[in-house]
Parts: sequence; structure tokens; C-alpha cells
Amino acid sequence: MNTYKLDITKEHCPMTFVKTKLQLEKLNTGDRLEVLLTEGEPLENVPKSSVEQGYKLIETVNVGGTIHKVVLEK
Amino acid sequence: MSLTDSQVERYSRQIILKDVGGIGQEKLLASKVLIIGAGGLGSPAALYLAAAGVGTIGIADGDNVDLSNLQRQIIHFTGDIGVSKAESAMKKMQGINPDVKVNIYRERICADNAAGIIQDYDFIIDGTDNFPAKFLINDACVLAKKPFSHAGILRFDGQAMTYTPGNACYRCVFPAIPPKGVIPTCSQAGILGPVAGILGTIQAAEALKYIINKGSLLTNRLLIMNAFDMEFRTVTFKRNLKCPVCGENPAITELTDYEQPACDISSR
Repeated sequence: MNTYKLDITKEHCPMTFVKTKLQLEKLNTGDRLEVLLTEGEPLENVPKSSVEQGYKLIETVNVGGTIHKVVLEK
Repeated sequence: MSLTDSQVERYSRQIILKDVGGIGQEKLLASKVLIIGAGGLGSPAALYLAAAGVGTIGIADGDNVDLSNLQRQIIHFTGDIGVSKAESAMKKMQGINPDVKVNIYRERICADNAAGIIQDYDFIIDGTDNFPAKFLINDACVLAKKPFSHAGILRFDGQAMTYTPGNACYRCVFPAIPPKGVIPTCSQAGILGPVAGILGTIQAAEALKYIINKGSLLTNRLLIMNAFDMEFRTVTFKRNLKCPVCGENPAITELTDYEQPACDISSR
């Protein structure tokens, strides 16, 4: 089981989820992806869309200011 | 193969779809679809398939663009009158999406060229306007075990079905060409432009679904629509084991050109 990182703090909807999804697709089952994203639309939609498409939301952590880390698992 | 940043952005709205994703997009970019006929059905099909990033699109049409085509054949513009339809369609597809490789065939599909043209493609779209071509494409695809989308349009009406090997073919539903004069041609009866658009667009959707291997195709089903009352229905049917081309003892084992004048050939 491996953990990968992705920073989408500079992306806008819908590229936030598009880039997340493309990384999630490359994972093996059990692998995790730590996504750095900003509050607002990305924080609301990226975890929700990921869960809708069959990935697991492990946790969401505020890592300072408006930046959050969302941990997703395939 | 991996998607470039500009491809990710270009195809973002379909990559987001659960059933497409980057995996489906890569399949589309690696796929080859042949569109026979750059007319009312082929125009929207070609535009949507190019926009979706189907990597190789073949377009076959032996005609030149005519003023009377422009009411429904939306890939051709007024400035294209007199130009080969295949070339005109190629320019628009490449204009929409330079990722797409377009192969053009400036010829009418016939028994001598059909097998050779379809053999390089994963999926075929029948966008022709006459029964001899439709039966020939069916027979060629059945014999070559190639999936294809059929559509036919007239006045306010349209129908579509999809063949994949092992399922019912066009001849299972319509065993033989109707006699001349029984079904009017488009040039005699007319056609509402958007009906061509709806059916050609359905054909593009079938091609994309086949390539990404998702959803339910119009196999063993005939979709029938009427734009006058705006009604859609599907009729289910089974493969005919006595079908002259895909049945257990087929009478048709090689391609021949069928008789019946095609829609307004003589007026072109």
C-alpha cells in the first residue's frame, strides 16, 4: 500500500476533481492519495465527487490557513 | 499513453464522468471509427466524435457539397459548395480537434471497396441515405465481424440500431431491400434537419459507448423516434437464425452491389 501526494491548490473547478480523478485512477486498490486543496468549492466538491465515484474518504485535515489535506483511498 | 495538460483540459467534462475517466479517454484517443456518408447523419456524428477525441476517424463520401445539403448537413458551409464532402468534413474535424487523424475516402461505398475500407476500423457508422448502401454496409460488417450503428431518417421520423457480432443484424429486422418506390427517398419526401441531427448524434453516442465499453448499446433493439409528436420508443427483437447473412445457413457469403437507385443519385 502506497501513499501519493497531489497539490491542486492552484486549480479551479472542474480541473480540481479532474486532476484528482486522473491520479486516483492510477492507484492500486488500497493505495492512498493525499490531496492538498483550498476551502470553498474544492473542499466541498472533491471529496464528495471522489466518494460518488467509488473512492473512500479517509480524513480531512486543516493544514494551515485555507489549505486542507484530503486523504482518499482506492 | 498519457494525457497532456491540454488534453486533460479539452476532455475534462467527459473525463469527470464516472464511466469515462482518463482510462476511457485514452481508449477514445486510441480508437478508429469509420463514418460512411458525410451527410445529414454523418455531419453531427463526425463533429461529436472529433470533439470527443476519437483518435482516427475515417470519412467516406463520393459526393461534393451541394446548396441543397446545407439545411441539414451541418459540417458543410456555404463556402464549401462544390468541394468534396469528405474533404470538407475533414477540415471541420481537424479545426475542432487537431488530436484527430482523419482518413478520407472520396468514393461511394460499394461491394468492391467496402471490405477494404472497413477492415481498419473498430466501429462503423452508417450515415448513408439509400437502401443498397445500408444493406451492403450491414453485410460487410457482419461478414467482417465489425460492430456498426445503423440509422435511417425520413420526414419527421428516424430509427437507429446497433449491431455487434453475435447480436441481431439489420437484416434480422429487415431481411431484404424494399422494392423501389415503396419507401420514398429523402429527396422525394423531405427531411427535417434536426431529425438528421438527433439520429446522427445517437450514432456518435453509440460509437463512444462501444469504445469505452460502458452502458447499454442499441443491440437487439430498434429505437424509433418521431419528431412531429416528439416521441421515442424502442422495440426489442432477436437475432433471426434464418437471417440471410448472420443466420445459421447464410445465403449471403460475399458482397454484391444491390439494385435500387439510391436517393437522388441522378440529380447530383
